Amino acid sequence: MQEVKQKAIELLQSGKVQRVLGWKTGEFFYDLTPAVFETVEEIKKDFVFSPFCGANLSKYLIAESRKEGKIAAFLKPCDSYSFVQLLKEHRIVRENVHVVGVQCNGMCDIEAIKAQGVKGVTAVRQEGETLVCETLYGEKSVPYAAALSERCKTCKSKKIVLFDELLGENGEDDPDCGRFDLVSKLEAMTAEERFAFWQQELSRCIRCNACRNVCPACSCEKCVFDNDTLGTANKAAANSFEEQNFHIIRAFHVAGRCTDCGECSRVCPQHIPLHLLNRKFIKDTNELYGEYQAGADLETRPPLVDFTQDDCEPSVVYTRGGNGK
Amino acid sequence: MKKLPITELDSFLKSLNMPVYLPSDDPSGQAKFTRWAEGVQLTQQLNTVRSAKDLFFPQMENLVDFKVQDQKIEIIEHRNVSENFVIFGVRACDAAAFEILDRVFLSDPVDGYYKERRDHALIVTMACSAPEETCFCTAFGIDAADPKGDVTAWKTEDSFFFRANTGKGEKLIAGLADGDESAVQAQQAQTREILSKLPNGKLDLTGFDGAHMMEKFNDSRWKELSEACLGCGTCTFVCPTCQCYDVREFNTGDTIQRFRCWDSCMYSDFTKMSAGQPRPTQLERFRQRFMHKLVYFPDNNDGVYGCVGCGRCLQKCPIHMNIVKVAKTIGGEGNG
Ligand code: SF4
Ligand code: SF4
Ligand code: SF4
Ligand code: SF4
Ligand code: SF4
Repeated sequence: MQEVKQKAIELLQSGKVQRVLGWKTGEFFYDLTPAVFETVEEIKKDFVFSPFCGANLSKYLIAESRKEGKIAAFLKPCDSYSFVQLLKEHRIVRENVHVVGVQCNGMCDIEAIKAQGVKGVTAVRQEGETLVCETLYGEKSVPYAAALSERCKTCKSKKIVLFDELLGENGEDDPDCGRFDLVSKLEAMTAEERFAFWQQELSRCIRCNACRNVCPACSCEKCVFDNDTLGTANKAAANSFEEQNFHIIRAFHVAGRCTDCGECSRVCPQHIPLHLLNRKFIKDTNELYGEYQAGADLETRPPLVDFTQDDCEPSVVYTRGGNGK
Repeated sequence: MKKLPITELDSFLKSLNMPVYLPSDDPSGQAKFTRWAEGVQLTQQLNTVRSAKDLFFPQMENLVDFKVQDQKIEIIEHRNVSENFVIFGVRACDAAAFEILDRVFLSDPVDGYYKERRDHALIVTMACSAPEETCFCTAFGIDAADPKGDVTAWKTEDSFFFRANTGKGEKLIAGLADGDESAVQAQQAQTREILSKLPNGKLDLTGFDGAHMMEKFNDSRWKELSEACLGCGTCTFVCPTCQCYDVREFNTGDTIQRFRCWDSCMYSDFTKMSAGQPRPTQLERFRQRFMHKLVYFPDNNDGVYGCVGCGRCLQKCPIHMNIVKVAKTIGGEGNG
C-alpha cells in the first residue's frame, strides 16, 4: 500500500505528471474521497491506498484529462475496464493520462461490516482471514470475506486491461466468479414473481441519481432525465411506472457499454441491486451475440452497434419474453 | 413514568385507535417509517435511511389537478383534513429536525400542507442506546438519551418506559401502568458515556455565523472540498432538515397535475431562472448546501444550525464528502 503512495510522489517529483488522481483520507478509516493532488506535501499528508478505495476514478478523467498538463491515475482492475470503455467512446484525452495499474484483493465496504452487526466502528485491522474492528462498544471480529463489497464477492477479472505502468502482478479473468448466478435465479422465476421482485426493490428508490451520476457509462453532458427543455426532466418518481421507467431506460442506455464495474450498486443509499439489471443485459448480449465484455479492449466492435449476418432477429425479444410460445 | 412490557407493544399500538408509523425493517433489511399493522415489528436498528421528515414533507405530493374539458377547467384540490396520527420511535436528531423544518414551513407564509400534518401528529421519540460513530448530535446540543416530542420512550431489555412531555402526550399514555425510573436512568448514564466518546461529537462550529459569512463564502478550499462531488443529491434526500422543493406540472392528456417534490441544491437546474443558472458549477452548488446549513440558516434563525448531526450524509455520500469534513476544513480551531 505504501508502494502506491511512493509511486504517486515519484511521478509528481519527476515531473512526469503535474497532478495525481487518487484517494484522500477521511475522518474515519473508511470514508476516503477521490481527490486530485498537486503537491508532494498534499500526497504525504492525505494520499491513501487501502481496502476502502472502492470509488472508481475513471469517470473523473473525463474532466481531468481535458485540463492542462498530465495527470496520473491509479486504476484498479475494474476501474481499468471503465477507463478503456470511456476511451472507446472518445470521452477521455488519452495522452493527458498516465495510468498506473494497481492490483486489488477486493475492496471492503463499511455497510457490509455493519451488516454483520458491528456498531460504532472506529478502526479496523486485518488478522489473517479476520477483520478486527475497534468500536465504541469494544472489539468485534468479522470474517474478512464478509466485509467485502458486494461486487468484489463476484469479481469478474483481476486483469488490468490498460496501463502505462503496473504495480504488482497483473491478474486474470475469472470465468467462474458466479456473477450471473443471481441473474439465472431471476430468470427461473415466473414473470409475476420477477415483477414483484423488481417492484419491491425499485419502490425504495429515492431518485437521488447517485447510481446515474457515479456511472462511467452515464457520461452524457445532459441526461434526458434532467432535460427541462425537452419536458422529460423528473425529480421524483410520480408513480411506480415512472420509477421503473427511469431504471429500465438507464439499463438499456448502458447496455453493451456497462463494464459491470458495480459502482451503481455500491453507491445506492437504498441498497437496490442495480447490478442485477445490468448483468441481465450482459448475459443476454453474451447469449445472443457471443461473449462480449465492455471495456476489455479498444478494438472489438460492440455488438449493439455492429451488424453481422448471423445476428439474432429482433423478434427474439418477443419469443424470449415468453409471449411467442 | 409509565412502563409497558415489550411483548405488549402491539396491543398498546392497537388500542391507540389511530394510524401509527414506526421504523420497521423492509424485506431488504433497511429500516423505514412504515404504517403499523399487526405483525409490523419495530426495528432493532438505530435509524432509518430516509428520515422521519417524510411524514410531514413527503418526497412527492399532488397539490392540485386541473381537468380540462372543452372550454371548462375543473380544479380538483387534493388537500384533505388529516386525521390524527402517531409517529412512534423518532430519534432525538430527527425530532430536533422537525423544529428546523417548522421554522421554514410554519413561518409566514405558512405552508398549509405541512401544517395540516404537523397539527395532527403525535410524536413519540425513542432515546438512543447505541449511537453510531457517524452520530454527532451532541455538537448541536441534542441529548440522544432524553429526546423531546409529545412522549419520550426508552427501550430496555424487556420494557418500554414512557414519559409524557405535553398534554397530548399525557392522554396517549394515560392508560399504562406506572413504572420505576431507575432502569431509564441507568440506560441514560450508559448512553451518555458513549455519546461523550463520539468521534465528531465535539465538532467546533465557531465562526459559522452571519458575521463571518463572506469570509466563509470566499474560502479558497471550497474547490478541493467540492472537487469529487457527483452532484447526485443523495445527501439532501437523506437529510432530515433539507427542505427545498420544486413545484412541477405533469400533463396526463386531459388533466394537468400540479405536484411538488423534493429538490436538491446539488442539481444543475436548482432555482434555475429564465436568465440562467445562478450557480453554474458544482462548486457553487456544493457551497450552497453547506453555507445554508452552517451560515445562512443560523444567521436567519437565532443561531440555530440547519443540521442535527444525524450522520446520514456521512453514511450515504457515494464519495464520502460531508458536513463534518466541510466544518473541519474551513471551520473552528477547536477541531484539531
Ligand atoms: S442510487 Fe438508488 S436510490 Fe438513488 S436513484 Fe439510483 S437506484 Fe434510486
Ligand atoms: S451501470 Fe453500474 S456497473 Fe454498469 S458501468 Fe454503470 S455504474 Fe458500472
Ligand atoms: S447535514 Fe448530514 S448530518 Fe446534518 S442533518 Fe443533514 S444528513 Fe444529518
Ligand atoms: S445522531 Fe444522536 S439522536 Fe441521532 S441516532 Fe445518532 S445518537 Fe441518536
Ligand atoms: S456531497 Fe456526496 S451525496 Fe451530496 S451531491 Fe455530492 S456526491 Fe452526492
